[in-house]
Amino acid sequence: MFDRVTRTFERDGQPVPALAEMSFTVREREFVAIVGPSGCGKTTCMRMAAGLEFPTSGSVTVGGRGVTGPGPERAVVFQQFALFPWKTVYENIEFGLRGKGIARGERAERIARQLELMGLRDYGSAYPHQLSGGMQQRVAIARSYVLDPGVLLMDEPFGALDAQTRVVMQEELVKLSRVNPRTVLFITHSVEEAVYLADRVVVMSPRPGRMREVVDVATVRAAEDWDRHERIEDVMDQQSFVRLRTRIWRLLREQQATATEQP
Amino acid sequence: MHDRLSRRSFIALSALGLGGFFALWALLAASALVPKLFLPSPVAVAERFAELTQQPFVGYTLQQHLLSSFGRFGAGFALAALIGVPLGLAMGWFRWLDGVVSPLFDALRFVAPIAWVPFAALWFGTGIGGPILIIFSGAFPPCVINAYRGAKYVEPRFVEAAQTLGASHWRMITEVLLPASVPSIVAGLRISAGLGWQSLVGAELIVASSGVGYLMVKGQSNISTATVMSGMVAIGIVGFAIDLLLRSLEARIHRKRGR
Repeated sequence: MFDRVTRTFERDGQPVPALAEMSFTVREREFVAIVGPSGCGKTTCMRMAAGLEFPTSGSVTVGGRGVTGPGPERAVVFQQFALFPWKTVYENIEFGLRGKGIARGERAERIARQLELMGLRDYGSAYPHQLSGGMQQRVAIARSYVLDPGVLLMDEPFGALDAQTRVVMQEELVKLSRVNPRTVLFITHSVEEAVYLADRVVVMSPRPGRMREVVDVATVRAAEDWDRHERIEDVMDQQSFVRLRTRIWRLLREQQATATEQP
Repeated sequence: MHDRLSRRSFIALSALGLGGFFALWALLAASALVPKLFLPSPVAVAERFAELTQQPFVGYTLQQHLLSSFGRFGAGFALAALIGVPLGLAMGWFRWLDGVVSPLFDALRFVAPIAWVPFAALWFGTGIGGPILIIFSGAFPPCVINAYRGAKYVEPRFVEAAQTLGASHWRMITEVLLPASVPSIVAGLRISAGLGWQSLVGAELIVASSGVGYLMVKGQSNISTATVMSGMVAIGIVGFAIDLLLRSLEARIHRKRGR
């Protein structure tokens, strides 16, 4: 998916490297999380996959084709939700479907199913501001899921939520992706979140962002059968979970040490 | 301090301010400091005001004068909104248009509505076109400027969200850019209505044969200060009513969006 992608910005006429030689692949129906410290370019990765930014060199491809711009086959869930405040919940979810030329009847069916799935059944006619942050983010996820996108891009979608709501949303996302697995690229700075949700975790080093290591979680999850636990804290209690988390933390620490040593 | 006042005490203070103003006015009129001819008492003005609503003055009653003023205002304001808002939006969305229009617009908007009076008089005489042109010149700039700001500073996250959801150009304009600009547009309309209404009287002082401004000029030439002041009161009341109406529209939009 990402092949030796480099991205530099200009600041005061000086080129500032944000990403250097980043290469990784998200497989079909795989959930990949990118973790790294702030400013390591993980959001830039997501924006390039979405087609909102473009690599300075290298290439980003989805399904074998180069990304030339944004589109509904690569739906995005933003950190700040980005729901349209002038549209109801229903109209927000409908927005992308209308662009795909789907008939009204089928739209209504798909939206009803999505609202049900996300626990939003009675909120179709509400406006976003009438909902809590957690509910708003459910709407944003529903708005992307309903499009049945080939790739789902999530940029710290739970970053703006309080701790309890975040846990609930993480559990629901796990359920959702077990029922209906998707190809997901998930950006986060939380190691726990990455290990809990993802099949593989891409660990990044700080500026300019480089891929440090790819940690396999899916094998451990299957071997230890994490999915038999309903609750996040029970999964987090597993020895295997703790080992993975510690390993990723060490990776992040090491590079921070090397980064601060540099003059 | 301001926001610590309860609503009730705020209203009480407002009443105190108004009451104090009228008391001072009455006192000044009653004393012989200013001749009665130039400063009639509040009661005398109120009486004259009532009289003007009953008996025609220079052809019409006060209501008829107001109606004819309001008609001109409506025409000038509507024209300003119909041309100004789309122009401002288009300037915000298309940089080339911004480039073409901006220098001209920035120079012309400093020609105050009253400075258009001689030009309007030359073109239209006392016809209907003159006042409309002058009101238009007052109401137009805020329409353009606010629509422009609204269009230019749409939050990028809305645009990006719409792009990633596959919005066409047309839907981007009608369903994202336009609704996102609405609060700014309405704020502009409110300022615009206020400026238009203010310019109106300036227009009627010179290029009209009816309207509140005309009534005031005639009052002046009859040396009837009470008539002039009645006109001022009428302008104030109607202006306040227009502002109140647009303010409630603004509040409704903000409430719907939860701000």
